[in-house]
Amino acid sequence: MNYRMSVPRRVFTAGNYVFLLSLSLLCLMPIVHVLAISFSSGAAASAGQVFLWPVDFTGAAYQNVFGKPEYLQAFWVSVQRVVLGTAFSMFLAIVTAYPLSKETASFRYRTFFVWLFVFTMLFSGGLIPWFMTIKTLGLIDTIWALVLPGSVSVFNIILLLNFYRNLPRELEESARMDGAGHFVTLWRIYVPLSLPALATIGLFTIVGHWNSWFDGLLLMNRPEHYPLQTFLQTVIIEMDERFLTARDAELMLKMSDRTSRAAQIFVAAFPILIVYPFLQRFFIKGIVMGSVKE
Amino acid sequence: MRTHIRIWRREWPLYVMLLPALAIIAIFDYTPMVGVTIAFEKYIPTKGILHSPFVGMKNFQFLFAHPDIGRLIYNTVSIAVMKILAGLLIPVAIAILLNELRREWVKRTFQTLVYLPHFMSWVLLGGILIDVLSPTTGVVNQLLAAVGVKPIFFLGDNRWFPYVMVATDTWKEFGFATIVYLAALTGISPHLYEAAEIDGANRWKQTRHVTLPGMMPIIILMLTLKLGQILNAGFDQIFNLYSPIVYESGDIIDTFVYRMGIEQAQYGFATAVGLLKSAVGSVLIAVSYVMAYRFANYRIF
Repeated sequence: MNYRMSVPRRVFTAGNYVFLLSLSLLCLMPIVHVLAISFSSGAAASAGQVFLWPVDFTGAAYQNVFGKPEYLQAFWVSVQRVVLGTAFSMFLAIVTAYPLSKETASFRYRTFFVWLFVFTMLFSGGLIPWFMTIKTLGLIDTIWALVLPGSVSVFNIILLLNFYRNLPRELEESARMDGAGHFVTLWRIYVPLSLPALATIGLFTIVGHWNSWFDGLLLMNRPEHYPLQTFLQTVIIEMDERFLTARDAELMLKMSDRTSRAAQIFVAAFPILIVYPFLQRFFIKGIVMGSVKE
Repeated sequence: MRTHIRIWRREWPLYVMLLPALAIIAIFDYTPMVGVTIAFEKYIPTKGILHSPFVGMKNFQFLFAHPDIGRLIYNTVSIAVMKILAGLLIPVAIAILLNELRREWVKRTFQTLVYLPHFMSWVLLGGILIDVLSPTTGVVNQLLAAVGVKPIFFLGDNRWFPYVMVATDTWKEFGFATIVYLAALTGISPHLYEAAEIDGANRWKQTRHVTLPGMMPIIILMLTLKLGQILNAGFDQIFNLYSPIVYESGDIIDTFVYRMGIEQAQYGFATAVGLLKSAVGSVLIAVSYVMAYRFANYRIF
């Protein structure tokens, strides 16, 4: 494109750049602000002197956070749920999408089973019966309460089955000729060919598990079983000034508190900040492949 | 009989593969659906579902006589509708503006920055927003004070709360929502633009007569699919940002169910509220899917 731009067009382009730039700063700045607070001295933070750069640079808040055994314990619970939960979810998605991707000719009750899964997206028993079920099973205060209930993601299964369906039919037929059964076909042909789709839903599952907090709040009675996000929910959100009387609030807002809250938020956000730029490559493909079909 | 055996012999591995996931949804999705019978009981945990006293429609009657019911429905639907509209218009506009940029790397960098909030939980964003919007120490009020505006208690003022919910939810999600529209834009044939240019259409006219009509199918599709979400005003967000002062403008059905059921242990009543919401919600979702299928030939599987 090497033609000269007209004056109004140039004005528009400049305005457009400025607008989009400020929009992206709007998304970034609150996070940078919190980061700056976390590295500032308590006095500077509570006096409101910190904007986007730390004032009186110090790592004290981070020493404080990493010195708290409760925080490290919660971090460890989160790591456990991410690893177990993702492994379990991915296994279920891989094996469930395979039969559901078949035509009725090769799997007679396929439609019935697809609806059995889709129906769980349409209707649910609601919070209380769900909670009672898990309680009756005796899963309260175990890691399995965080892993099992959400492990079948119908959305991911549909994404994957659509991907399976777009794989060349000839591959499966030639495998059948060579005597491969369904298990071998799935493991040797479908799984290796679906790696991009699996990477997409895998990364989303990881992020989803890392960010979950409500199940921990509901299903864990003892704070030492809280995953990190639930732990933060109780210390940052529920201990907030909005819930306290004026005098308590005064105490709460004392100096270092604001910086250590900021540090706790940032440490919990850090793994996401590391992972999400890599997600971009995968998920644009993933979203497009899930929604656009032949 | 023979054919049955033959089919079974061929298909049994498929059933084996389905079994684990079927067991999971049987336990964690279908059992709670049976558990909605709690809605018709005065549920007592020690007695269980089978032996708790049956009270018929009493929980529902109690709900319709509840003084907060009108406010709850109004809050839920109004916040959800505002979120749906803002979450549609803003990403469409930004996708169009983004499409005007010529440099690929600028587009990519912009996108990477704006969907950062999408990947963070409402606990973390809640913590950030509570700090940023605080009337005493928040940076937003500091900036407002610099231009002479008195401190605003964004999260503790009923006049502000619902709009703050809409604004912050849009802030979190617009970047991610833009992806879909941007993909739709790249699908519009360049020939259409060339033809429009030959006919003397400037950039603005091209946008109105080529770009927007080209995006219409996906816009309508997204709108229809969101219709099913009209009773979901965003539990995660509101639960992390509200407080008793703003129940009047910010309490929604889901937060109410949580407080009644979990905090106050009124299991039967909370289940009844949840059941009513699920029932209406599933009708809405079903209708939206049927409409999406009719108008946009959209199929989920």
